[in-house]
Amino acid sequence: MNRDRWWKLQTRAAPYLFISPFVVIFCVFLLYPLSRSLFLSFHKTVGPRHIVFVGWSNYRFLLGHDLVFGLALLNTAAYTVAFLALQIPMSLGLALLLNSRHVRFRNLFRFSFFSSYLVGQVFVGVIFFQLFGPDGLINHIVSILAGHRIVIPWLSSPNLAMPSVLIASLWLATGYGMVYFLAALQAVDPELYEAAEMDGAGTRAQFLHITLPGIRPMLAYVVLVGAIGGFQLFELPFVLLQGAGPDARGITIVMYLFLMGFSTGDLGYASAIGWLLVAILLLLSLIRFRFFRFRPEIGT
Amino acid sequence: MIRRIALHLLLIVLAAVAVVPFIWLICAAFKTPQDLLGSTLLPWRHLDRLTLNNFRALRDQPFAHWLINSIFLSSLHTVLVVTLSSMGGFALAKYEFPGKRPIMIIMLGTILLPSQVLVPGSYELMYHLHWIDSYLAIIVPGAISVFGIILFRQSMLNVPDELLQCGRLDGCSELRLWWDIALPSVRPMIGAYTLLAFLAEWNSFLWPQIILQNEAKYTLPIGLNSLTGLPEYQHNYGIVMAATLVSILPVALLFFALQKDFISGLSSGAVKG
Repeated sequence: MNRDRWWKLQTRAAPYLFISPFVVIFCVFLLYPLSRSLFLSFHKTVGPRHIVFVGWSNYRFLLGHDLVFGLALLNTAAYTVAFLALQIPMSLGLALLLNSRHVRFRNLFRFSFFSSYLVGQVFVGVIFFQLFGPDGLINHIVSILAGHRIVIPWLSSPNLAMPSVLIASLWLATGYGMVYFLAALQAVDPELYEAAEMDGAGTRAQFLHITLPGIRPMLAYVVLVGAIGGFQLFELPFVLLQGAGPDARGITIVMYLFLMGFSTGDLGYASAIGWLLVAILLLLSLIRFRFFRFRPEIGT
Repeated sequence: MIRRIALHLLLIVLAAVAVVPFIWLICAAFKTPQDLLGSTLLPWRHLDRLTLNNFRALRDQPFAHWLINSIFLSSLHTVLVVTLSSMGGFALAKYEFPGKRPIMIIMLGTILLPSQVLVPGSYELMYHLHWIDSYLAIIVPGAISVFGIILFRQSMLNVPDELLQCGRLDGCSELRLWWDIALPSVRPMIGAYTLLAFLAEWNSFLWPQIILQNEAKYTLPIGLNSLTGLPEYQHNYGIVMAATLVSILPVALLFFALQKDFISGLSSGAVKG
């Protein structure tokens, strides 16, 4: 009898026991800081102790007067567009090459392209800091190609700071995109290509009318992930340029959040930057829903 | 035939571009300071000048601390987040209970939020908890993942209810059902998620950079970044390269151990948005 009751109780209580660690940590360390960030964004703070209510002025100043934030926004947006414009064709191109029937050692090639993704942005920054140096490998190769010694100031020239970051991040992410595209390409029904070949469709027509529609959901996904990652760019330029870079030309939105919150010490202003980032990312997701009409598979 | 050779040549060239930074890194880690700047890859005419000194320097220095700290934090993080996500995911997939819908809705509402927006509020909380410069500030909030719990819920939906009922009739406790039935049935997903979780913590930078202040508590990314710009390491960059090489190895090993699960997880759509 007693055992029976205990048994029933443990069946009843089980889901709560399973989910309660998650719910407690979720509320205390996610929902609470989230609401505090919203609260702080309407305040000016000096460290965590002195807080003064300022209404919308953080947001007004950020959007109307703060030139550094404008630069960070412009830098981040330009980086994201350039990154997607280069990464998508490169990843898709690699995936198409690897998807060819004639390729041997496909797994080996796939791993060589993908391996850079395992290296974190910070370590990539540390490696490329040296590769881009005055005596680094990249300048060596440029000199060999040019036939005489050339020293390009990759990391110290304002105009080259962001392109250097872009090169490093393309090295990091192209193989990653390729893995996704390859998976999508391999899921396209081969009978479609056979039928198209019998109808006399060329390679170009096959690509436009079979391949592209077949991988469209994956394309939408990789674009969205790249765009979200692009707007969150921080570690790579921070390490590679050792901060905001020459003339602050390597500053990004998240880097500005970090600098304002933890060098200047205004958690309120940093929060406001964080919520503007939220607004940008939500906007991007909305655009994606409109254009690709692709519903996520997550949900009830 | 010619097309086939051209295709492979092209792939080899592209793969070489992809792996050159790794090869350069491996070579640089064994070079003396004067060879590091002088020779692009290996000093072929003076192979006897290659040295293990860079690695020896890692044994003392703060590097040894950083390596141990990183291994400790990443392993603990992975165990915690995989355990709590799979338990929570099991509850959300296989039980009906009051409060389940609100939990799901609030959770899904936060999944699009960038983690950076939490940082100011979390910092304030850690300040009041006196967790600044404490690993608790990294371990506790990192023990849960909304992405992880959703991933486990989605794949555990496929566990047949009849199987769970059979288990109950045989006298298994609910905890046993989770451990003996639910977890084994999502094994490949666990492999893929373990790799992702370990990778995320191993490479994590922003939050530890804010929280950790004592150099002895640094993790590898924080420590290596702190050395990158220093003038005294400009001429001794081989040590930093050796440390970077050592930093990449554990992740590479874990990837090789779990790669089957990871690739099948990717292509089966488990990780697709």
